[in-house]
Amino acid sequence: MSPTTQNPDSEKKTYRAQAERAKTGETSEKKTYAAQAAKAHDKDAPGTAPVAGPVDKGARMVPLPSDGIVPERDLYSTPVLECRHLGIDFGGLHAVEDFNLIVGKTEIAGLIGPNGAGKTTVFNLLTKVYQPTRGTILLDGKDTSGMNTARLSREGVARTFQNIRLFSSMTVEENVTIGLHNAVPYGMWSGILRLPKYWVSEHKLHERAMELLDVFDMTGVANVEAGNLPYGAQRRLEIVRALATGPKLLLLDEPAAGMNPSETAELMENIRKIRDDFQIAVLLIEHDMDLVMGICEGIAVLNYGKIIAKGTPAEIQGNPQVIEAYLGSDATKEA
Amino acid sequence: MDFLTNLINGISLGSIYAIIALGYTMVYGIAKMLNFAHGDVIMVGGYICFMTLNALGLNPLIGILAAVVGCTLLGICIERIAYKPLRQSPSLTVLITAIGVSYLLQNLALLIWGANPKVFPSVVGGSGPIMLFDGQLVISMETIVTIVVCAVIMVALVLFTSKTKMGKAMRACSEDPGAARLMGINVDTTISTTFAIGSGLAAIAGVLMMSAYPSLVPTTGSMPGIKAFTAAVFGGIGSIPGAVLGGVLLGIIEVFAKAYIGTQFADAIVFAVLIVVLLIKPSGLLGKYVPEKV
Repeated sequence: MSPTTQNPDSEKKTYRAQAERAKTGETSEKKTYAAQAAKAHDKDAPGTAPVAGPVDKGARMVPLPSDGIVPERDLYSTPVLECRHLGIDFGGLHAVEDFNLIVGKTEIAGLIGPNGAGKTTVFNLLTKVYQPTRGTILLDGKDTSGMNTARLSREGVARTFQNIRLFSSMTVEENVTIGLHNAVPYGMWSGILRLPKYWVSEHKLHERAMELLDVFDMTGVANVEAGNLPYGAQRRLEIVRALATGPKLLLLDEPAAGMNPSETAELMENIRKIRDDFQIAVLLIEHDMDLVMGICEGIAVLNYGKIIAKGTPAEIQGNPQVIEAYLGSDATKEA
Repeated sequence: MDFLTNLINGISLGSIYAIIALGYTMVYGIAKMLNFAHGDVIMVGGYICFMTLNALGLNPLIGILAAVVGCTLLGICIERIAYKPLRQSPSLTVLITAIGVSYLLQNLALLIWGANPKVFPSVVGGSGPIMLFDGQLVISMETIVTIVVCAVIMVALVLFTSKTKMGKAMRACSEDPGAARLMGINVDTTISTTFAIGSGLAAIAGVLMMSAYPSLVPTTGSMPGIKAFTAAVFGGIGSIPGAVLGGVLLGIIEVFAKAYIGTQFADAIVFAVLIVVLLIKPSGLLGKYVPEKV
């Protein structure tokens, strides 16, 4: 994704959606579910969902998507992420369609698929860079519809980018401090007038930033301009900056891109370490199968905007549909 | 001694350009738009101060404060009403809107305050001009106050953007608004804050300018506005020290051109210098040249 491909109307639409919700009150929520449920049942007629009337006797009951898997240890916690029938259209193109995914509270999950399958689009939906055309995203059980990107960051979603997007003219520490923007609040006036609160808060910010940098042994380069760091360190800094926002769910978009095998091995260690130390969930997009099969507990495979398989690494490796998606239909015949 | 007098006058005039240029450069740096109505905010600031001083007969300090508060509110309103709905539009659309806002402000001022020039009383009270070298070098209090205020504002802004959370958020928005949003920064609020600061500065510049050149008409702001924009580009648009350097240099060049070459040619020479500088260094004196990555 290039920096300019953000949905231009994302924020505007959010406000509109909020306003509409406020107007129609609770009923709209019900309608949405009803519409989704009906749609799930009757996929051939999109957009013609029956609207729930005032008397809703004998409503058709449809199952919610429940083919999700979570690690056993997360079974009794609310899943950090639950996508139901998520979808987005670009013009007539269904870029992502009927995307259902559950990520456990401390799960390391993988999202894989051939190039152009819509993986980064899913990340853009999860961070509300794009507003979904259909479907619901529940973050830690909370409906995120109507939230914008900044709000979602405060609710606990952080991400890194396929092409690194650090604030490259700022120092390493400043990059992390920006991630901490909402962690240590102080008003503009105490900043301008240098009230005692400013000094206390800035000191706290510095300490927090250093603690976070320490996780990746980066305190030594705290005052280096981020753009001057070597490539691998920039990738690490992006992860530290994302962690600084205090996420519940960390989205990593091709974290191992451009890394050599030893750097990738180190990255795998670091991802596990993040999950253990911070007790958060990680959802990652990656083409490096050693990394995906090595650390992901649950994997979803996306092709042409649809999930074609979900399961453990072992299940995914043996799935003929996945092999077909990656290698073409001839491969499965020969096998 | 003439040389020294001209130099000091040039720095003083340049300081006014610099304060205005700071507004241009901050708004451009963060919102990536040229707010051509900025010059007219200066004029409105001048009128507000004039009203509080003349019609209400209040203390000059209250006049300045009223101008700053009024212009800050005006800046926020302009941003909300005219620019915010165009956030995602092509920059040309925003540019045309800014020119429209500029004419709107000028004509509103014409409607409210009329076309007759108002004689602005100096807000810098106290003693008369300072005489040095047996009266050969005369420095007015306005000159000194202007230079000091400009220096203080520049230092404060540099500290604000480099040391405070809000300032860092501004720089983050300037570099990559998308990534800033993902850090939980409210980009819209940040842009509004920038407009508020820029407009507040415009009010200060307006009052200082009116104190030194006390003829106030509805088009008072347009020429200094254009020159300050030139100064911002000259110094490297988006850079705070660049705006100050550009402003001061522009002021000095203008005063020297007036003194040694001819009053009629002053503006022509100013803009000729701009063209030469931009030919040699397209990103301005302190601007960073960012090569497009392919």
